[in-house]
This record gives sequence, C-alpha cells and structure tokens, in this order.
Amino acid sequence: MAEVGARYRKKRLDRGIKARADTLFAIASYKEMLYLLLPRALPVIALLILPIILTGYWGKVLTYACMFGLLALSWDFLASCGLFSLGQALFFGLGAYVAGTLSYYLHWTPILTMPVAILGGGLLSALLLSPVLRLRGVYFAMVTLMLPLLFMKMIETTGLLGGTHGLSALAPFPNDWVARYLAVGAFIIVLFIFRRVISEDYGLVLKAIRDDDRAVMSAAINIYWRKTQALFVAGAVGAFAGAFMTHHYQFVGMTVFALDYSILPLAASALGGPGTFAGPALGSMILVPLSEALRALGGLRIALYCFILIVSVIALPEGVFHYIERKYHQFERLVRVG
Amino acid sequence: MSLLIYGTISSIVLALYAAGFSLTYGISGLANFAHGALYILSGFIAWSLLNQVELPYFLSAILSIVISGFIGFAIYWGLLLRVRGIPLAELVVTFAAGVAILELLMWKGFYGIQYSLPLFVEGGVEIGNVAVDYQRLFVIGTGVVLVVLLYLFVHHTKIGLAFRGMAQNERTALSVGIESDWVGSLSLALGSALAGVAAIVILPMGLMESAIGYEVLIYALAVAIVGGLESTPGIIVASFILGFGQVATAKFLSAKWMVIVPLVAIIFVLVVRPSGLFGKYKELEERI
Repeated sequence: MAEVGARYRKKRLDRGIKARADTLFAIASYKEMLYLLLPRALPVIALLILPIILTGYWGKVLTYACMFGLLALSWDFLASCGLFSLGQALFFGLGAYVAGTLSYYLHWTPILTMPVAILGGGLLSALLLSPVLRLRGVYFAMVTLMLPLLFMKMIETTGLLGGTHGLSALAPFPNDWVARYLAVGAFIIVLFIFRRVISEDYGLVLKAIRDDDRAVMSAAINIYWRKTQALFVAGAVGAFAGAFMTHHYQFVGMTVFALDYSILPLAASALGGPGTFAGPALGSMILVPLSEALRALGGLRIALYCFILIVSVIALPEGVFHYIERKYHQFERLVRVG
Repeated sequence: MSLLIYGTISSIVLALYAAGFSLTYGISGLANFAHGALYILSGFIAWSLLNQVELPYFLSAILSIVISGFIGFAIYWGLLLRVRGIPLAELVVTFAAGVAILELLMWKGFYGIQYSLPLFVEGGVEIGNVAVDYQRLFVIGTGVVLVVLLYLFVHHTKIGLAFRGMAQNERTALSVGIESDWVGSLSLALGSALAGVAAIVILPMGLMESAIGYEVLIYALAVAIVGGLESTPGIIVASFILGFGQVATAKFLSAKWMVIVPLVAIIFVLVVRPSGLFGKYKELEERI
C-alpha cells in the first residue's frame, strides 16, 4: 500500500483568556466576562423562561426532560465514584413508591411526602446496594440491573402496594406552576450543586475512589462509607424524580421500575458526555424531546435509545458536551505540513 | 418426591440459563448482557425456520443454535472490538444490543399463543407418583450431557485449552500465541450458542415472548452472582440452591413468593461471601 503523506494538519490553540489551568481565567474586558458567563447563564435563563412559554403538551415534555435529567445527573454522580448503575429505575421507583404509599394509605400532602420520599428513597437505595460496594467490576451494574426488574415482578405477583393496578387518585401538586417550577428548579439546583461538589475536596475523594480505590484506602479514608454516601445522594436525587412524577400523575404503578427509566438516563449520559454533569443534563434535554417527537414509533423508541447508546459509546466516547466545550475554548485551523 | 423431581428440573433450567453467560465471562471477562435477548432470538429463529421456511424441526433447531452462535461472533467483531478492555463500555454495548433485539422483537408483534415451539416428544411418565412429561426429562438429559461435553471440550481440545489459558491469564496466553480477540469472539459465540441450546430445549415447555428474555438474563445473573461469576461448580451449586429454593417456596409458602428467593440469595451471598460461593479465583482482584 502506498503511503500518503498528510498535507495539512489541524492546529488547536487555546484562547488567550485561559491562564495556567482549565478553571483559571485571566479576564481583561467585559467581552471576556461575557464569553465565560454566557454559556453558564444562558441555559439557566432559558430553563427559567421556558415553563412560561411552553404550555400544554410541550410544557409536560419539559417537566419529563427535567426528571430524566435528574436521573441522568444521579447516574453521573455514581459514575464519578466508579459505581456504574444500569438501574436508575430502582431509585426512581423507590421514591415513587414511598411517596405513593404515604399519600395513598396515610393521606399525607405532597409537602410532607416529598421530603420523606427523598430521604427514605436515598436510605433504602443505600441499604439495598451497600453489600455490593465491597466488590469492583461488573457486580454493581449486574445487581442494579436486576433489582428493579425483580421488584417489578414482586409487586406483580404478590399484589403488594396495589399490585398490577397501582395506587391511584393520589394528592396532586397545588397547581401546575408549582409543579413546573419545582421540576425546573430542582434540576438546575442539583446540576449546580453536583458540579460544585465534584470539584471540592469531597468530590475529589469520590473521583479518586473511581481511579484507584486502594490508594484512597491507604490514605486512611473509609471508601465504603464514602461510596454509601454517594449512593444515598444519588438515590435521593432519583427518589425526588420518582416522588415528583407520582404526584404529577397522581398515580404510581409498577411501571416506575420499567427499563425506560434505566436506559434513557444512561443513553443521555453517554450521549452528552459522562463525568461533567452538564453533559448528561444536555443529553436528556436532547433525548427526551426527541423521544416525544418520535412517540408514533411506540415500542421502537427504546430500541432507538439503545442504538444511540451504542453509537455514542463506540463512536463518540467523549460525548457531545466535551466536543462543544473544546470547539468553544479553542481556535482550530489547518496548517500546511512540512 | 415431587419436590425432588421438580426442584431438579428447575435447577437444571437455571443452570442452562446461566451456562452460556458464565462461560463467556469466565473465559474472556466479557459480561454478555445480551444473553437473554439471544435466548429469545434463537427461539424466534427456530420458530421462523419451522413455520415460515418449513424446515424439519430438528434441522431448524440446530440451525438456530448455529445462527445464534454466529450472532454472538458478529457482536464481538462488529461492536465490542472497539471497546474491548473497558469493562463498563463492553457492558453497556452488550446490554444495549440485547435490549434493542428484545424491543425490536416486541415491536414486530412477537408475542401470543401462536408463537410457541412444539414439544419434541408428546406424553410423559410417572416417577413414583409424580407425572413428568418427556420434555422435562429431556431438559435434565441435555443439562447432564452439556456439562460432560463442555468438560471434555475445555480439557481435551486445542480451542478448549486456549479458552482455559485465556481465563487464567490473558497476557501469558498472548505470549504463547493464543490470539485474545479470536478466543474472545469464539467464547462469545460459544456462550451465545449455549443460550440457543437452552432456548431450544426449554422454550417448548411454555410461551415465547420478549419479556422472557429479561427474565432469563436476571436468572442467569442471579445464578452467576450466587455461585461466583466464572466458576463452573459454582453455577451448578447455585442453580440447585435457587431452583430448590424456588420450588420449596412455591410448595410450602405460595407461588407468588418465588421471586423473593433469588433476591434474598443474592443479598445474603453478597453480605457473607461477596465473590460468590465458589468465586475464589478472582476474589483478590474483585474484592476491595
């Protein structure tokens, strides 16, 4: 085979504003401040305005997108300490059932059920999954995949908690605006807290556990306890999404443990770029409206998510967000070789 | 007596579910989450060959096993090659491929009474005073024959020895000329073919539908976790524990509590012996 020498190569230069590190910038003008502020502020402003503009069907879609976004964020939080979950539906379903049970049997209002569901869902997930934390490798993924499916079968066969009919006529949110802004607000807050926490000391320890658990142990840090905390946080965020949807639909059934709630957050994270939190958030904002637009396809949608998942894992492992970030921060031009 | 017989049958069914998954994982460290999908897919292929191409039953059964082996092989070279060595990416890819297969089958309307494979032989016998049909006896026979054949295969053929070499240490295996991609893809093909074998003998006993694919995957994972991921005696012991546990629960408690058995077994094993009952091989690597 004849060798073909490259004529051009792509030259990448960081913009002059970056100083020393990825997070340190030397700002000299308002323009540069805007350059840094806009990508952070615009999505927030857009998310705050959108509930006013979008009403009816697409307003609902925005709420779903925020809930799936929360699940994707919770997935990314676990992944950043090396726990790779295939069953976000577990967290979602636990939260949904805690809220649903309290509301159905004890007639509590959403103001009470939501906090209890968040804490209870987090605690239950941490308890259920803590035995797996002593193993690395595929065990965590295997167990998280199995648990929601087993819970679903259990509710189906034993008829506990409403069985196949589910619990219906639960207390709704006071009005639609509360629900919408609760969804959007929680999404933004969790996104910013996670992004902050992961670069603080606490998050650094979590990331170190992912990279080299033995090294962290040798620094006299109890990694099981840290992982349990991460599980609790991720479980609580997932449980919030579940509890929210329960009151939003005023219904909870065994479909909350369905595979959709596991696959979509995973696909969103893989598409958006894991490890950044902004990536999974972006991914779910792309995927959920897309899947609503493709609602006519019915069951084929899950197959489509799987296709997106495979393509983004194999062909674009860094994710959309990293790609955009790189384009934003760097000049690129072709230069002649030699 | 019925407890003994039906316990044995459901244990062997579980062992057949888990055999392919565990074999592939043991050899190449690939957790094939498309296992359940391949199981149902080979049942579907057998059904199509039988009813649409109108081949004889035994031929379509054998062909479907071979085809599902090839699908496993194709998954390796088509999808997994690019992400080989990143366990979590491998897992996502196989899982997504499996779910995609199952959902596509579901979308094509692949459920209902007309989709079932015929029994090999009609009728049954009474052992003691328990009626057992021939198909269930056939499942026991297949399980036993399969274990013997697999044992002979991995101990007395060249490929089998290469498999064991890979399982013990991939780098050393490379240095004596065992090509790891080749062996990895063959192991996935063998695992998929075993899923096909399980489908062909087990599916005639009940309905065929996509949802069973998830069930098969769950039980395969449960058996693998309880027994230790890569250990062959582990699978056998674990499937007997789970199988007898389920049958005993159904008999003495109520059939609706059967699902609890794998759940309790997994959590118990993970608390007491995290690497599974027989999983000492990789205990040091996996345990933190």
